Amino acid sequence: MIGVFLSVMRRDLLLAWRRRSDMLTTLGFFLLVTSLFPLGVGPEPEQLSHIASGVMWVAALLATLLSVQRLFESDEADGTLEQMLLSVEPLAVIVLAKVCAYWLLTGLPLVVMAPLIALQFNLTPDETLIACATLLIGSPTLSLLGAVGASLTLGLRGGGALIALLVLPLYAPLLIFGAGAVDAWRAGLGVQSHFALLGACLLVALAVCPLASAAALRIAQD
Amino acid sequence: MSDSQLSATRAPSAGVSLFHYASPQTFFPLAGKLLWPSWIAAVALTLAGLYTGFFIAPTDATQGDSYRIIFIHVPAAWMSMVVYLAMAFWCAVGLVFNTRLSFMMSSALAPTGALWAFVALWTGALWGKPTWGTYWAWDARMTSELILFFLYCGYMALQAAIDDPRRADRAGALIAIVGAVNVPIIYFSVKWWNTLHQGASVSLTQSPSMASTMLTGMLLMALAAWAYTIAVALMRVRAIMIERERQTDWVRQLATGETKA
Amino acid sequence: MSGSTASLIEVRALSCVRGSARLFSGLDLILGAGELMHVAGANGSGKTSLLRILCGLSEPASGEVRWRGAPAASVRDDWRSGLLYLGHRNAVKDDFTPLENLRASAAIAGDTTPGDVLLRALVDIGLGARLDVPARSLSQGQRRRVALARLLADTRSALWILDEPFTALDTGAVAVLSRAMAAHLARGGAIVYTTHQPVDINAARRQTLNLDDFS
Repeated sequence: MIGVFLSVMRRDLLLAWRRRSDMLTTLGFFLLVTSLFPLGVGPEPEQLSHIASGVMWVAALLATLLSVQRLFESDEADGTLEQMLLSVEPLAVIVLAKVCAYWLLTGLPLVVMAPLIALQFNLTPDETLIACATLLIGSPTLSLLGAVGASLTLGLRGGGALIALLVLPLYAPLLIFGAGAVDAWRAGLGVQSHFALLGACLLVALAVCPLASAAALRIAQD
Repeated sequence: MSDSQLSATRAPSAGVSLFHYASPQTFFPLAGKLLWPSWIAAVALTLAGLYTGFFIAPTDATQGDSYRIIFIHVPAAWMSMVVYLAMAFWCAVGLVFNTRLSFMMSSALAPTGALWAFVALWTGALWGKPTWGTYWAWDARMTSELILFFLYCGYMALQAAIDDPRRADRAGALIAIVGAVNVPIIYFSVKWWNTLHQGASVSLTQSPSMASTMLTGMLLMALAAWAYTIAVALMRVRAIMIERERQTDWVRQLATGETKA
Repeated sequence: MSGSTASLIEVRALSCVRGSARLFSGLDLILGAGELMHVAGANGSGKTSLLRILCGLSEPASGEVRWRGAPAASVRDDWRSGLLYLGHRNAVKDDFTPLENLRASAAIAGDTTPGDVLLRALVDIGLGARLDVPARSLSQGQRRRVALARLLADTRSALWILDEPFTALDTGAVAVLSRAMAAHLARGGAIVYTTHQPVDINAARRQTLNLDDFS
């Protein structure tokens, strides 16, 4: 089980490495969307630092949504997905391995780039640290929920808009817990509860999403 | 012959009365019999409820007559949640027992649930204007109701995007159940967010003393909403049954008038 | 029924519905060790659907699939580990070399065939000169060979389910494949396959199932 987890993850990472340029698209989208906000709301540092964490989180949601719909696409197109369904290994483990590889390729770079955006939005070092930490704990949950949406909409027409409609409402609590941490810190309140709630969401998602996604893939291939 | 066998294989055939009605073939006439009583109840209760609410219930001391919109708003908000839970329940039953009728029931409920969520939002906005001076406040209940409305839309859009009815049923069921698990989390998170940002949220039903006629009106309207939901869902499920099972013998017999519905 | 205990896979009263069309119904089949079954039928008669039901990818509209005498759904792990399915699509990644592809397929299937066996399979099927190029630059027939090399390396599956295995292959590869199929049958394995081209496979026991008879 651990063997198949590691080899599927290695396979996905290697495939992504052979197509390095694709990885940069999501990151570019994230940076571009956040850079558009100051153009829209004006460059006042006070206002920018006020909306910074919300903007970063919304951009992270959208970046995940855009890229996660391709999570199973190429495996479905070339028939690898059929072989995954027929494996003696549990499908949920294979799905989890794919989501982990996906998060390393798209979620983690967002977390790494977040300080740059914090700089643009005039956040203090403390606030930057908190914003990055919420993204670090929250973005795996985004990937896991996104995987459920991706497997439900696999091969459907209008997949892009559909996955947004399915997944974005489920992202609402994460956005609230994640983006709220910086506000709470600035208001002098503790941020432990925010992190505890984000962590709880991650644990629940880790337990439920691979199974739900595996079930959805079997339904999609029936 | 093989056609009617096909429709029967999915339902457990142990003569238990509940399972007896789990096949579309046997449920169709039952739904037809229940249809008229539900419609009559819906119309009668609505008339009684509206009369009580609009003419008998006293004018509110602080809000004047504008509060009377709660006789529509509150039952609609209740129903939007009840219908979502009912939908998720039927989906879970369908996934566990593999009964097609449960999935059909769930698809039949979804548009009505979405309608209730929409009515709750609409009347909430209309009520908000005279009460708070704004059509939309990011109140915890209104925000959760909005997200609930999106959950309904997602379920219906997913089902509409899938051509194969079996895949549509199962994929829809999965998202309905995931959504139902999320509804309490969403409500909690929004409420939490709301207290963090605006202090105490404006409570919609907090009224110092509610006259008993107000309660009666509300109760009548809530029952009317139930009756309407049941009537419409039964009507829609009958249509879905006929559409889905048009190849089977019992629908063909129905069409040629060989059996009485 | 003594036949059911010796059978590898057995199907009773199977019917298949796709969308609103009924593809076949009332289909029975029994396949035992060493048997070769050719599934024939016109386009759209449900050949691929039948193969997918046999390997558990699709659910039949009604009817039963049994694996080694037990209801297949109750022995799912045994069922899955006992079969090897090759569909229309090759499950070959453009960015991987043939050997990397074969390794990835084995890993996904949860099968621990050593690398030198995989390498030998690739050489045997005639890809010895193209081991280091990404599959992107292989021809259609060569990609099909990468997928088919799994059969040459396979020792654990009892049942091969092959959907149009000979498509896009040249005569040399067809010969290699039919020898591999004959060897699998001789070892006591069974094969269900579809094809539109007549290929002679050496088999002691063979059946032909024409789906047009069940439509």
